Amino acid sequence: MVGFLMRRAAALIPVLIVVAIVTFLLIHLMPGDAAAVMLGPEATPAQVETLRQSLGLNEPLYAQFFTWVVSALQGDLGQSFFIGLPVATVIQAALAPTINLAIFAEIIAILVGVPAGIVAARKQGTGTDQTVMVGALLGISVPSFLLGLFLMLIFGVLLGWLPVAGYSPLEDGIFETLKYLLLPAIALGSMQAALIARMTRTSMLETLSKPYLKTAKAKGLSGNRIIYKHALRNAAMPILTTIGQTLGTLVAGAAVVETVFNVPGIGQLIVNSIERRDIVVIQGVILLIAVSYVLINFLVDVLYSVLDPRVRYS
Amino acid sequence: MTDTMTVGSLNRLNKTYSRRSMFLRRFGAHKLAMTGGIVLAIVVAVAILGPVFAGDPLTLNPSQRLAPPSLDHPFGTDNYGRDTFARAVAGARVSLLVGAVTALITSVLGAIVGLFAAYNRIADTILMRISDGLMAFPAILLAIAIMAAMGQQTSNVIIALSIVFTPYVARIVRSAALVAKEQTYVEALRSQGASLFRILWINIFPNVLSPLIVQATFVFADSIITEAALSFLGAGVPPPAPSWGNMLLDGKTLIYSAWWMTVFPGAFIMSTILAVNLLGDGLRDLLDPTFNRRK
Repeated sequence: MVGFLMRRAAALIPVLIVVAIVTFLLIHLMPGDAAAVMLGPEATPAQVETLRQSLGLNEPLYAQFFTWVVSALQGDLGQSFFIGLPVATVIQAALAPTINLAIFAEIIAILVGVPAGIVAARKQGTGTDQTVMVGALLGISVPSFLLGLFLMLIFGVLLGWLPVAGYSPLEDGIFETLKYLLLPAIALGSMQAALIARMTRTSMLETLSKPYLKTAKAKGLSGNRIIYKHALRNAAMPILTTIGQTLGTLVAGAAVVETVFNVPGIGQLIVNSIERRDIVVIQGVILLIAVSYVLINFLVDVLYSVLDPRVRYS
Repeated sequence: MTDTMTVGSLNRLNKTYSRRSMFLRRFGAHKLAMTGGIVLAIVVAVAILGPVFAGDPLTLNPSQRLAPPSLDHPFGTDNYGRDTFARAVAGARVSLLVGAVTALITSVLGAIVGLFAAYNRIADTILMRISDGLMAFPAILLAIAIMAAMGQQTSNVIIALSIVFTPYVARIVRSAALVAKEQTYVEALRSQGASLFRILWINIFPNVLSPLIVQATFVFADSIITEAALSFLGAGVPPPAPSWGNMLLDGKTLIYSAWWMTVFPGAFIMSTILAVNLLGDGLRDLLDPTFNRRK
């Protein structure tokens, strides 16, 4: 077990190094002088030179990278020259709405996707199965921000049931928060629900064809008992993996959906930073999300090996 | 010798011909794939013929601002009095172009990277670590970051999407090539002294073509979605040029007064993506039943 963990952890290092290099290089993708681009055409040469100094752009590339990595490891992601605050502080302030939205969307996706997949698998080949699969295809084909706009149009503008924009922090009551997050969460969760439904169906079908389930049936167990007690547990692994693997995409998607509903989270921060060409903030955000993604996948892997010892030996 | 060669190549011709017609017949029987293909063909035709019948997407008409759908303007007009139908059609050109060029670039790069990775251990380690690293970023976020750095420009959108999606294609090509590489005929070729280049491109490449085509259709769909999202966030195709994404951005600010600015470009995106996904799923069923889409 320890050896397995060590090997898995060691495999993270090259990935994290590439993540760091890609993030670091973003500022050098800017056309011409990054400092001049950030400050805009009205900046004086002296101002540009000051910003170059503070970003360390006059140093050789490898020295810049080294300094950047060392500060990032200490939690210092640089300074947003536009807002005048450390990037870590800015991100922290915007994190809560995004994470709440992502969690809410994941809950909706699981509550919809898993039962839908199970029903489709039990009624394989029937109209129910086909309806679920067409629904899943629709869910995968409609980008979340577009679904968000449609939901906003129907439930916000036309029917007036739910607020179309804004956010209420958790401290002011969870129901108020949920009211604001319901439409964004449905918009964001639909693709996830579709992926989970497909995976659940495939995995259930595979499990249901196993001999031990025939035995269970022969023993005279009821259909529900077979499905929920025997089949689902064994089919759960691939479903869990799908959920783990798509968690990073979900956070990124949350950032996009947020901008539809003006939720003041990471997405809003990114959009504002694009306008300001505040690349340091964007570097901080994508570094954070990519590193979390890598770590979450590592945890899923470890969890996997705890739950299913066979994994460790392959 | 000459005779046998002729017979051999004739046989080969016959075989590819019959294989192709068989594929077409099976494709015709696959209803979902056919539907997808037809819808996509319509969208492509509309995009190409657009300038003939749809009018100019940039003409301002202040007296006709925010006009609801009518005979003159079937999709209504926007806040500058521009015709939404003309803009949606012009947007189709941009979206399909970005999707198609990205799919082409990622296929070529992905094939090169994937094949070399499958054949050379050192190249494999380096290239696959790089692609692992790139794949650790959620696609849309990496694209946003690259666009934020390089600046809003249609060509930059293509570059950003190609960087984002090439690793996914390379992975698929690599795993297909690794399987092909273990076949006896490759060993036979190697023992006869065939060059690496020849084995890779003449002998192994045809074996990875099916998964490559399937993956390319998915990259096409994902590129269209991602381009729309980028433009919607203000990091994609720069206005006033229309793209579905920046039309939706305009539509969102006027969602209370002009629903048509949201509904029509949205319907275009939805039907295009659905068509490409149907086509891709169908191609996967027909070409490569063992392949699973990575998302």
